[in-house]
Amino acid sequence: MLDYDFMRTAFVASGVAAVLAGVVGYFLVLRGQTFAGHALSHVGFTGATGALLFGLSPLAGLVGFTLVAGIGMGLFGEKLAERDVAIGMMLSLALGLGLLFLHFYTAAATQAAALLFGNVLGVDSSALLALVALAAVSLGALVSIGRPLVFASLQPELAEARGVPLRFVSAAFLAIVAVTVAECAQIVGVLLVFTLMVGPAAAAMNLTRRLWLGIAASAALALAEAWGGLTLAYNTDWPTSFWITALSGLVFFGATAARRLGEAM
Amino acid sequence: MSALSFDSVTIRLGRRDILSAASFAVREGEFVGMLGANGAGKTTLMRAALGLVPVAGGAIRVLGAPATRGNPAIGYMPQNRGAMAGLRLTGWDVVASAAVGRRFGFAPLDRAARREIDWALDEVGARDLARRSIGELSGGERQRVLLSQALLGRPRLLLLDEPLISLDPAHQKSVVEIARRVCDDLKAAIVFSAHELNPLVNVIDRVLYLGAGSAVLGPVDEVVTGPVLSRLYGAEIEVVRVRDRWFVMAGDVEVEREAHRHDGRHGPAHEHDHGDAHA
Ligand SMILES: Nc1ncnc2c1ncn2[C@@H]1O[C@H](COP(=O)(O)OP(=O)(O)O)[C@@H](O)[C@H]1O
Ligand SMILES: [Mg+2]
Repeated sequence: MLDYDFMRTAFVASGVAAVLAGVVGYFLVLRGQTFAGHALSHVGFTGATGALLFGLSPLAGLVGFTLVAGIGMGLFGEKLAERDVAIGMMLSLALGLGLLFLHFYTAAATQAAALLFGNVLGVDSSALLALVALAAVSLGALVSIGRPLVFASLQPELAEARGVPLRFVSAAFLAIVAVTVAECAQIVGVLLVFTLMVGPAAAAMNLTRRLWLGIAASAALALAEAWGGLTLAYNTDWPTSFWITALSGLVFFGATAARRLGEAM
Repeated sequence: MSALSFDSVTIRLGRRDILSAASFAVREGEFVGMLGANGAGKTTLMRAALGLVPVAGGAIRVLGAPATRGNPAIGYMPQNRGAMAGLRLTGWDVVASAAVGRRFGFAPLDRAARREIDWALDEVGARDLARRSIGELSGGERQRVLLSQALLGRPRLLLLDEPLISLDPAHQKSVVEIARRVCDDLKAAIVFSAHELNPLVNVIDRVLYLGAGSAVLGPVDEVVTGPVLSRLYGAEIEVVRVRDRWFVMAGDVEVEREAHRHDGRHGPAHEHDHGDAHA
């Protein structure tokens, strides 16, 4: 299977996106901001369709829109990120607008499916380069705000008193989330971003109570799910995104059951 | 030099003066119990000392220097809102996140930092508790683990915001005793806020009472009196003392207990430790 160029590209692209999603997703779950991540993916859909309509690269549209929305959410503070209704309305609005853009775009059907459900086999070499570069920058940024981010996520009042700039940390983190969402959307589509960003992280938290071990486990699980999904898709000809969601679900529910069992004994 | 001094300080939140021209000074190394009804401004006063709430007038000094944000000389324990309940992360990792939480960039925990964390946990007797998930500890155990964070960096002033909230009497007693020991070991001044005087009355050096925009600091038997509290509560207050227990009464209602019972601000997260502490 690795004899094919497009398969090698798909493995690298999904591997890079998965590791980033696993690590960033852990913090997203720790902060209780999974809904914000979900909303960003919908905003990304608008960006991608808008970019298509104006003849730009959908990846650029995705990253651009999610970044602006992510930083905006972060600057408005925790309060906005917690306002479920406002975020819910925003994401419906974004999807609606994306639909309108698609309406005016002629080759709509295939592009829509690719955006909504991903098309990892369609990643070309220039997109791959962009994915790798964005992931490297995001991981670097995450490492550099890592300590204050954990502190602010666990104990915001104490972190504020100790002089951690909460708003900056929050905005920087959501910018990183935005890039991660855009990366995952390339692999599994905007509707299934949750599967790579939240599933492995939540499973990892069920498996360990140590912070760094949890982050590593989350990245490893995401990687295994992405590559496992690709392999299964190659052998069955079923969609990659289906297999990734299936594995992600299996791992999450398995890890939850394992924890329950462990606690019961 | 005092550990914490308020010099004619006015603090305005919205349109309300939480403090108006209040003055007091906490001495170095002394254990002060801060009391006052719900909404009297205990949390706000601490946040002002931490430089998080601006003053509308007067000056706050911490160990002789003006109050600033991120002051390493202050150890702080915020009022617990139950946010940690259910979190699957060891207490040690939570404390570690606070110990190095200000560092940007790649910052692995070094030996010295690990030792400092272990020392702080030992000081509150929570070294073993910290190996368990913070979310599965009882309220009293969790409070002890979180208290250790206030000791990191060996500050000379500790601001502890309602560490006794929703703990049963046995856990209240152990937390108060730990605070007293820390005060003596570290020679740190402590401001310890609480709803009720009784769990604190035998260990504190002096009491700071808040109410009606003023603050009165002094020995318990000078401050906890009918005339002083009547002024702070804005109602006729009678203080009844039965052996070593104090009862602050408005008519035939015990005010501190009532305030606690009606405190609904903590919502469902307001958990109780092994049975009902207020029954
Ligand atoms: N940001 C704010 N804006 C306006 N009022 C506030 C704010 N924060 C607290 N308050 C009010 O200030 C008063 C003092 O609150 P607080 O310091 O929390 O009291 P305590 O800790 O003694 O219960 C309360 O009436 C509260 O409603
Ligand atoms: Mg308070």
